Amino acid sequence: MKPVRFDYIRARTLAEAHAALTNGDDDARIIAGGQSLVPMLSMRMARPTVLIDIMHLPELAKIEIKDHAIRVGAGVRQAALLAWPELTECQPLLAAVLPWVGHAQTRSRGTVCGSIAHADPSAEIPLALLVLKGAVELSSQRNRRRVAAEEFFTGLMSTARKDDELIEAVEIPCRFAGHGYAFHEFARRHGDFAIVACAAVARTDGVRLAIGGVADYPVVRDFPDINGDALDDALDHFAVDLDARDDLHATADYRRALVRRLGRATIEEARRCRA
Amino acid sequence: MPRLSAETRHRVRFELNGRTVEADAEPRMLLTDFLRHDLGMTGTHVGCEHGVCGACTVQIDGVPARACLTLAVQADGAKIRTVEGLAPAPGRLSILQEAFRRHHALQCGFCTAGILMSLDYYLRHHANPVEAELREYLGGHLCRCTGYAPILAAALDAAEKFREASANA
Repeated sequence: MKPVRFDYIRARTLAEAHAALTNGDDDARIIAGGQSLVPMLSMRMARPTVLIDIMHLPELAKIEIKDHAIRVGAGVRQAALLAWPELTECQPLLAAVLPWVGHAQTRSRGTVCGSIAHADPSAEIPLALLVLKGAVELSSQRNRRRVAAEEFFTGLMSTARKDDELIEAVEIPCRFAGHGYAFHEFARRHGDFAIVACAAVARTDGVRLAIGGVADYPVVRDFPDINGDALDDALDHFAVDLDARDDLHATADYRRALVRRLGRATIEEARRCRA
Repeated sequence: MPRLSAETRHRVRFELNGRTVEADAEPRMLLTDFLRHDLGMTGTHVGCEHGVCGACTVQIDGVPARACLTLAVQADGAKIRTVEGLAPAPGRLSILQEAFRRHHALQCGFCTAGILMSLDYYLRHHANPVEAELREYLGGHLCRCTGYAPILAAALDAAEKFREASANA
């Protein structure tokens, strides 16, 4: 299928992008790398009346470290972040997650912020943002605000972003000494949508585990420093609470089994990685 | 750039295989259709049209990307390379294409153009490719004929030929 007709604006300044989002007559969408949006357009699941291209704004194409967090601008492609020399040192979880985002042939165009804006339930970048307690920087013509990842993802492909706002950057906390990080994913083919994805941060007093691919959006839970049967029981509760559903790719039962097994493996690896 | 209206066609100009080309496109036109229908370059194939199969992979500004996930207007001013740009001269195949022929790395050929554009990039940047990494990289493409083994063999063979060629250079 082909997309419905839409106008196209190649924004020259951030103010121009904000202004285009503010026009109430339009159903405007931001396009960055287009790797999630263009399939939605082609399948006519998205039918905007105008697209605003923000890939020609140099101020959005920056990766910087600010207040112990990696600040990734809306124009930064996934491949650029993966190739950033300081990535593994600054945040090993992000370095582990990015190779699982799509394929090399889509990471070359897809942006980090675009994946967060799209908020697919099985996407890896939202999962990492959530488990690491990151935040999303939103801006519009009227204001600018910062939303914690835990408040940002609100439903199936739904976020706290308002219609006149764009994601200007995301803040992903750098590693903390003594914390261990791990990520595991199960998919039929590397690069396909995750059936279940797990990301964990282990501290000395507990562990934080986020699960993607099961509920409508990534879900995180904090556990005390438990082991053995107690950990199995806690993971079982988590798996049940996620309200898994059967679909073409896997049954709900299978997904719950993956949360228990892969979740546990991820937690154990994160604990081993505590430095 | 001013607002390009949905209903009209707008001039899109980019470099294609080293030559400047231009034609008109509505904002909603995909790069795949622009290449095939407006520029007559039918080497790039259209498979799933939502980024999964990899048949339409071309190189945009030097890196492999899905032409079906790119709007023609987004490509304005870019450098695009398609399968038509691989052969060094008419009637002569590139080292990689020659290896595909030798190893029977294609049958129906539908996926081949995309795979060639991906591997052309990969082998330029990895003189000594590891099979496991090549497999992961090929994960971005679907081939329903070959079972992938001949494609891997062709890629590894081409890498060796590239190394020989650069040693003799």
